[in-house]
Amino acid sequence: MGSMLERYASIAGTDVIHHLMHLGNLLQGMKIVHVNSTREGGGVAEILHTLVPLMQELGLETSWEVIEGNESFFTATKSMHNGLQGKPVELTAEQQQAFEKVVADNAERLRNKLSSADVVFIHDPQPAPLIQMFPSRSAKWIWRCHIDSSRPHRPIWRYLHRFVNTYDASIFSLPGFAQRLDHPQYLIPPSIDPLADKNIELPRDEIEQVAQTFGIDPEQPLIVQISRFDRFKDPVGVIESYRLVKRFIPPLQVVLAGGSATDDPEGKAILDEVREIACGDEQIHVLELPPDAHRTINALQRMAHIVLQKSLREGFGLTVTEAMWKHKPVIGGDVGGIRLQVVDYHTGFRVSTPEGAALRIRYLFQQHEMRVAMGEKAHDYVRDHFLITRHLREYLTLILSLTHNQTDRIELT
Amino acid sequence: MNMPYMPSQIASHGSILKPQPFIVRDCALIALATGRRAQNLKELRNHLLEVKAESLYTHFWGYMLQPGFEERDYNNDFAEWVRHQLHDRILAEQLAVIDPSEYENLEELRWEVIETIEHRLDELEVLNWSPPDRQFHFLYSKLVIFHTNRVLQHPSELPDAISDMSSGSIFYHVIDAARRLPEGGDDFKAWLQQWGQQYQHVQSRLEQVDPYFTSLTHLRHSLEIIIRHALTLNGRS
Repeated sequence: MGSMLERYASIAGTDVIHHLMHLGNLLQGMKIVHVNSTREGGGVAEILHTLVPLMQELGLETSWEVIEGNESFFTATKSMHNGLQGKPVELTAEQQQAFEKVVADNAERLRNKLSSADVVFIHDPQPAPLIQMFPSRSAKWIWRCHIDSSRPHRPIWRYLHRFVNTYDASIFSLPGFAQRLDHPQYLIPPSIDPLADKNIELPRDEIEQVAQTFGIDPEQPLIVQISRFDRFKDPVGVIESYRLVKRFIPPLQVVLAGGSATDDPEGKAILDEVREIACGDEQIHVLELPPDAHRTINALQRMAHIVLQKSLREGFGLTVTEAMWKHKPVIGGDVGGIRLQVVDYHTGFRVSTPEGAALRIRYLFQQHEMRVAMGEKAHDYVRDHFLITRHLREYLTLILSLTHNQTDRIELT
Repeated sequence: MNMPYMPSQIASHGSILKPQPFIVRDCALIALATGRRAQNLKELRNHLLEVKAESLYTHFWGYMLQPGFEERDYNNDFAEWVRHQLHDRILAEQLAVIDPSEYENLEELRWEVIETIEHRLDELEVLNWSPPDRQFHFLYSKLVIFHTNRVLQHPSELPDAISDMSSGSIFYHVIDAARRLPEGGDDFKAWLQQWGQQYQHVQSRLEQVDPYFTSLTHLRHSLEIIIRHALTLNGRS
């Protein structure tokens, strides 16, 4: 067993790794190419940084290519991203042309690589038109949508549909995200990497150092919400909940930590609003963190007694998964992928109002044993279902199902 | 269809042939969307009439190998949805009691589910609707089955082998076996039958395991304990 797999075996279990190795044996030497739009930053890059070397270690010839684009390309793809998430955006004919021209240029650059592949995974909308530049392809081409596409802005989806529909298959994170397409739509929820900086065990003094840096008292009750400053994450609702609880638990502290909002005017406005509401209360910590503050976020989640994700709308909610991995019960909004992870009285509570969140916060601070038990259950649930090893298993299963016959039961000898 | 052992080892003249080795297999399941969604009971029934039978397999057994919470109120997706999204506790209980292993094939199971729903539809004056973001999504799945290169020669190897098995192996040899074997049951019990009367006691203990009310991890643990214990008793007698 290789070193990387060994490290995951110590977390996920040797049976899980043996299972992956058996699947990998059936795919030895197969050429797999992943294509996305960035090498660093964002959830897709995070996943590929682990998934690609793991596939290589299992004996699959796996590579990762990145689309090179200009400013107008990324402006167009940002609109597409927002449109897929339901925002009513417009993509002009000029923007469409500029977008397709960049992808065509990339197709020439990647032609040899993609022509010799057995399976090509195209991640998200940015490289989606690539498939049209390979009309005589022999590989299986799969479009992987990482975005909450449950209610896309229709003109944007109609435009993307013409590319996506020509793929051999697509992958969505949840059943509700799937669309009307003429090919099989696989369902693979996202995952976290337990060995990444964001999730790895931290020394106690590092956690204490982070607490000290931000003036947090780790000995006093602490609730934490990690997410960007976005109205759908309801940071104002978190403060309302905190104030409702504070009457009963005066030393309560709350941390609202998210990425820098300097390039996002809407995010900046919400951050300003949150700061204004929090003004004068030293037990409310509003933290604007750089995009690479993974260990700081890890420490904040680990020092919390309860983690909140009081979203009003959510794709999958990987911050919930991260908190659960750190043995924390989560109080989350009753939306999207949070429903798949937070189960009332087992791994946390789902709520719909600040009052509901306040009630559950009080309950969990009162019921210490229950809080600990729920945290343990949350950790086990993530270990069994939402680690990168499960994600990898489903990719391998998908490749086997696509490259063998099309029946629902594939028996390999 | 592959079997982990040769089907029946009883020769035509009644004597027992030498038992075949047990080939440990594994499987992986992946879910797919069918594109069908239901928002009320009538829509659920109408889709059930048309959806491919394999969808029933996924909604009754698939949860065991898919990401999802194992300690659910009810053991199939239909009952869960009816209870939590349509708030019809009566029908949820009626659907939950349907044990898929009691039906010879998926078509029979399909008709049992449909008849249960239709009976309830006759009783209801008003249909409840689920919110748009909580519709029932009909899924189906693909099951990939493969060898693990592990072969057992004797029943005494079973407990250790089971404790090392993946959840996929347990699913294949217990859950999938019930659908695959003409006489039902699981592969372990079927293999032990080849050894004649000497493992009758172990087989009887295995018959008491109800895989429909447990997780694969717990099932693996239970099987290991039961077989280990029964083999010890066998050795003493």
